[in-house]
Amino acid sequence: MRWFTIKKTAKLGIKSLWMHKLRSTLTTLGIVFGVCSVVAMLAIGEGASRETQAAIARLGSTNLIIETIKPPQEQADTGKVEAMRNYGLTYADAETIHNTIPYVEVTVPVRELDQEARYLNRQIAIKIVGTIPWYTEISPIRLMRGRFLGSTDLQYGQAVCVIDEQVARELFAFDDPIGTDVRIYGNYYRVVGIVTQAAAVRLKEEPAVGDKSGGVAGYIYIPITTAKRCFSEVNYSFSGGKQSLEKVELQKITVKVRSAEQVLPMRDILDVLLARLHKAKNDYHITVPLEMLRYAAAERRRSSIVLGSIAAISLLVGGIGIMNIMLATVSERTREIGIRRALGAKKRDIVIQFLSETLLLTLAGGIIGIILGSVIPFLVTYFSRQPTAITGVSLILAFGISAAVGIIFGLYPAYRAANMDPIESLRHE
Amino acid sequence: MDVVKIEKLCKMYQLGTFQLSALCDIDLIIQQGQYIAVMGPSGSGKSTLLNLLGCLDRPTGGRYWLGGKDVSELDDDQLSLIRGKHIGFIFQSYNLIGQLNVIENIELPMFYQGFSEHDSADHAQKLAEMVGLGDRTKHRPSELSGGQQQRVAIARALANDPTVILADEPTGNLDSQSGAEILSILDELHRQGKTLIIVTHDDHIGKRAQRVIHLLDGRIDRDEFNHRR
Repeated sequence: MRWFTIKKTAKLGIKSLWMHKLRSTLTTLGIVFGVCSVVAMLAIGEGASRETQAAIARLGSTNLIIETIKPPQEQADTGKVEAMRNYGLTYADAETIHNTIPYVEVTVPVRELDQEARYLNRQIAIKIVGTIPWYTEISPIRLMRGRFLGSTDLQYGQAVCVIDEQVARELFAFDDPIGTDVRIYGNYYRVVGIVTQAAAVRLKEEPAVGDKSGGVAGYIYIPITTAKRCFSEVNYSFSGGKQSLEKVELQKITVKVRSAEQVLPMRDILDVLLARLHKAKNDYHITVPLEMLRYAAAERRRSSIVLGSIAAISLLVGGIGIMNIMLATVSERTREIGIRRALGAKKRDIVIQFLSETLLLTLAGGIIGIILGSVIPFLVTYFSRQPTAITGVSLILAFGISAAVGIIFGLYPAYRAANMDPIESLRHE
Repeated sequence: MDVVKIEKLCKMYQLGTFQLSALCDIDLIIQQGQYIAVMGPSGSGKSTLLNLLGCLDRPTGGRYWLGGKDVSELDDDQLSLIRGKHIGFIFQSYNLIGQLNVIENIELPMFYQGFSEHDSADHAQKLAEMVGLGDRTKHRPSELSGGQQQRVAIARALANDPTVILADEPTGNLDSQSGAEILSILDELHRQGKTLIIVTHDDHIGKRAQRVIHLLDGRIDRDEFNHRR
């Protein structure tokens, strides 16, 4: 087809659609809403999945996180109420992992404690993270000022600490924290560095032992040796008229491997090793961020299918509406079709004429839908603070879909128009 | 030159088990430049003959040569092409397209022949002037009188310089004055050497034509030449 033919056909199409403005508008609405929902849902889905992926990526895709969990109560077995329950990850576990498994780049034991930190007359709730200098390799925290914990600190169990920016802000306000002492549980710790905040990432429902998250202003990092010396590993609690004693050495051991391919084999190795060390005590759990990334991707595919089918149904409804109107238009314009046929229009010309009208309708609907659909995610982000992301692919997809709907639902009416008998249609009133 | 040559042309319609013969064994030769009136009572087969001559329909028997080319067994696309190129239709009810203005209506046959927009617009303008509507080219058909609409239709019929102009009761919907104007335009076309075939009940047209073919019951009853003219 030559350019002027296209131009003329489009012009004619617009003209006849313009003649029935209300009808054309109403017909287009179906496609507008369909395309709008496609764009909006894809943007919301994409935003959610990016958020999840970013959260998982913060955990580190080459990390494996082993957490202590509280095993189920075994009171019936022991019968002793006051028995000290000894469970969870131990220093020996960390040692064994580090010494026996090849490919382990770093093994980082973590002891977490909820405490209060004081400076001058200020006091805030914080979480103490007792760990080793290599913690920075497995965590997304970045050093802002000063230094992180060093190996000498670890070796001699120095009373030093590194605080995060939130703690620095709340506890020190306008004072410079570096070089000052913070008091925690009766001991003073010299602040040697400030790090960025580690956004609390917890994708599992069950919290790790001792994690009463919420109400914690920030994190204070101290050498794990210092933590062992200053804080008891035995936890005494009294509830419901019963007192209980628990002994937990480590809350977490993070193992980092060199590459993503080694993550899943490493999980199996850790499983075997820990199962032997812990003799089926069921007091640990291995989290693999990489695996969670895969789950998230699968989840995303699933939700895309669900959202996609909802959008597809609305487009289908819109398409049927368009087909209906086009069939009405065709029968209304029977005589015109007869005249055109008498003046030399081939069947193909008639098909093109009506198909282009349908296409114009759906493409107009598609464009309006894309515009509306692009506005909705901004509103969602504005009002619900849920992240959204409009991708170019989704816009192209939405436009393509509206064109496809136009062709699919325009073909039959156009075909019917073209196959009318010219003599009959000329006689049509 | 024989513009139209028809041999034993038949058109049968199947109505259930019953076969209706609308036209039967028509033999006809029409020379270039003839002005022909086809007359006859309703049901005599005038419209059927016009549809066949206009390549809107295919005969069930016999042969039809239009401008020397056998068109009796062409397919739909080829017939469309022939209609656009060799036939100029003038209808009783004008059959202009309401959404298009005068120029666009006249351009339509050229559009389907693939003329460039520029050429067709120029040509359409000339044709509009020829039928006396050079100053109304942007009007819609609904803004024109019946006689003016029929003049647009005539201009449209002339757009591709057709071999034959077929008119079906061209004055049937017009008052006598507009009708007379239309007839004088047709006379003028005849003088220019166009071949005109007009289906009519109107004896005035019959008298103006060179040759009158009377149909009766699907057959040619009489084929007379007017020597009075």
